[in-house]
Amino acid sequence: MSLDFRKIRKDFPILDQQVHGKPLVYLDNAATTQKPQVVLDKVEEFYLKTNANIHRGAHFMANETTEAFEEARETVRQYINAGERSEIIFTHGTTESVNLVAFSFGEAFVSEGDEIVVSELEHHANIVPWQLLCERKKATLKVLPFDENGVLKIDELDGLLSERTRLVAMNHVSNTLGTINPVDKIVEIAHKRNIPVLLDGAQGIAHYPPDVQKLDCDFYVFSGHKIYGPTGIGVLYGKRKWLDQMPPFMGGGEMISEVKFSGTTFNELPYKFEPGTPNYIGAVALGTAIDYVQSLGVDNLAVREQELLNLATAKLKSIEGLRIFGEAENKVGVISFEIEGIHSFDLGTLLDQLGVAVRTGRMCTDPIMDHFGVPGMTRASFAFYNTEEEVEALYKALIRIKGMF
Amino acid sequence: MTIEDIQQEIIEEFSVFEDWMDKYAYLIELGNDLEPIDAKYKIDDNLIRGCQSRVWLHPEKDGDKILFEAESDAIIVKGLVALLLRVLSNRSPKEIIDADLHFIDDIGLKQHLSPTRSNGLLAMVKQMKLYALAYEKLSQQEG
Ligand SMILES: Cc1ncc(COP(=O)(O)O)c(C=O)c1O
Repeated sequence: MSLDFRKIRKDFPILDQQVHGKPLVYLDNAATTQKPQVVLDKVEEFYLKTNANIHRGAHFMANETTEAFEEARETVRQYINAGERSEIIFTHGTTESVNLVAFSFGEAFVSEGDEIVVSELEHHANIVPWQLLCERKKATLKVLPFDENGVLKIDELDGLLSERTRLVAMNHVSNTLGTINPVDKIVEIAHKRNIPVLLDGAQGIAHYPPDVQKLDCDFYVFSGHKIYGPTGIGVLYGKRKWLDQMPPFMGGGEMISEVKFSGTTFNELPYKFEPGTPNYIGAVALGTAIDYVQSLGVDNLAVREQELLNLATAKLKSIEGLRIFGEAENKVGVISFEIEGIHSFDLGTLLDQLGVAVRTGRMCTDPIMDHFGVPGMTRASFAFYNTEEEVEALYKALIRIKGMF
Repeated sequence: MTIEDIQQEIIEEFSVFEDWMDKYAYLIELGNDLEPIDAKYKIDDNLIRGCQSRVWLHPEKDGDKILFEAESDAIIVKGLVALLLRVLSNRSPKEIIDADLHFIDDIGLKQHLSPTRSNGLLAMVKQMKLYALAYEKLSQQEG
């Protein structure tokens, strides 16, 4: 199927505007993606017609809302092919999902002298919760390094694992370098030693959704806002066998089955991990966003993003003094770079003035900055709604800025 | 010249630019012209860490005035640092404490001093005022 991306772009009304008097060129999609009209409509329609708290009323709207919320759970389940609906837990986002596992899995399975393995390629959201866990339990954090192209040294993974390793936590796709990690190999290596694996799918979910049963990962986490859905909603997929054994992360309403001062019993999955009023409208709209990308075909979108990535890579490489960080063979539409002699803050400020929105700085990945010995980088990240003209606008802006130094 | 006079002078200088990119080009020029901070002061103790860029600031008492040296790793920030030094360096503690820095707003660069732009500039101004307060306290005790 060949899609008309110019037409599809019109689904995203926010893109059609000017900033600083210039047409907006939005190349910060790895930070957050824009929302198609159907998602915006869903949020509005829900507040206008259906809103009621879930699971808590016998009335019409409460039932409608509860049903929509559970349908959204089913949409997510299908999207990543989880075995059962109750393995899909709604959270506020990737960060909360990782923290939930770090706490609850940690409580159940990690003790003094144990080890957790992460990679050098991680977002802080997949480092700091493990550091906190290790501090709490007097466990040790071990780190799998990456090579000069930004590719994980997967051959060293097995050597890092031991009888004391309780969990391996790595990202599916790097937000800074764009590297698509060999998650199947990571799972295979860890599982040979019966070590569970958590995958941070924040950057993977929109482009290469996993089949979690086939992949056999134990946890997969992501944020709705990175897959054209709303902010404040995210997902934790976890295998039932782990989730059942993990104590709750937070306490409150909905997550209990019976509360007595002599002792409380907890609700079943997934509610055990969803205390309080969840962001049910966020969840419903996330379901709409997933339906939207599936209606276009996720594979088609990934192909389009690769086209833009290839074009942009070639263009940027033709600029003298420009260095691209992360040149893995398998990467998503993310290019982090520096131009010799120009600080990323200056580059970002001037690009912004020319209407081009990029990310600059350390991108919540200090270890990657330290690896390359740079104070920061500039990152252009593409979504399928970006155009060749926008790649050209980025290129021209960079040339103009270079001339100012 | 008073702090207010210098601010007016800067506002005048920037008034000739119609295009924003020209303003930035001028800031880059100012940044390039700024004397680098003495290497012995470019140390972590003098570092003001922004998330996006870093600023080093060193105060020196010179009679009843405070001389500041400062630098940044980002050139636009350095240009703004140069402007701040022009306004606030070589002034008495009281002048520094009382200074109302409206010129940044007037030349349209206020966003660079907002707390959401963590480039170290806002922290630099705060730090300069803190040094001024400290020096004033010291001189009161001595006096
Ligand atoms: C790889 C990765 N992990 C985790 C996160 C954190 O996601 P959130 O801020 O939505 O919780 C991000 C977002 O930038 C990311 O790119």
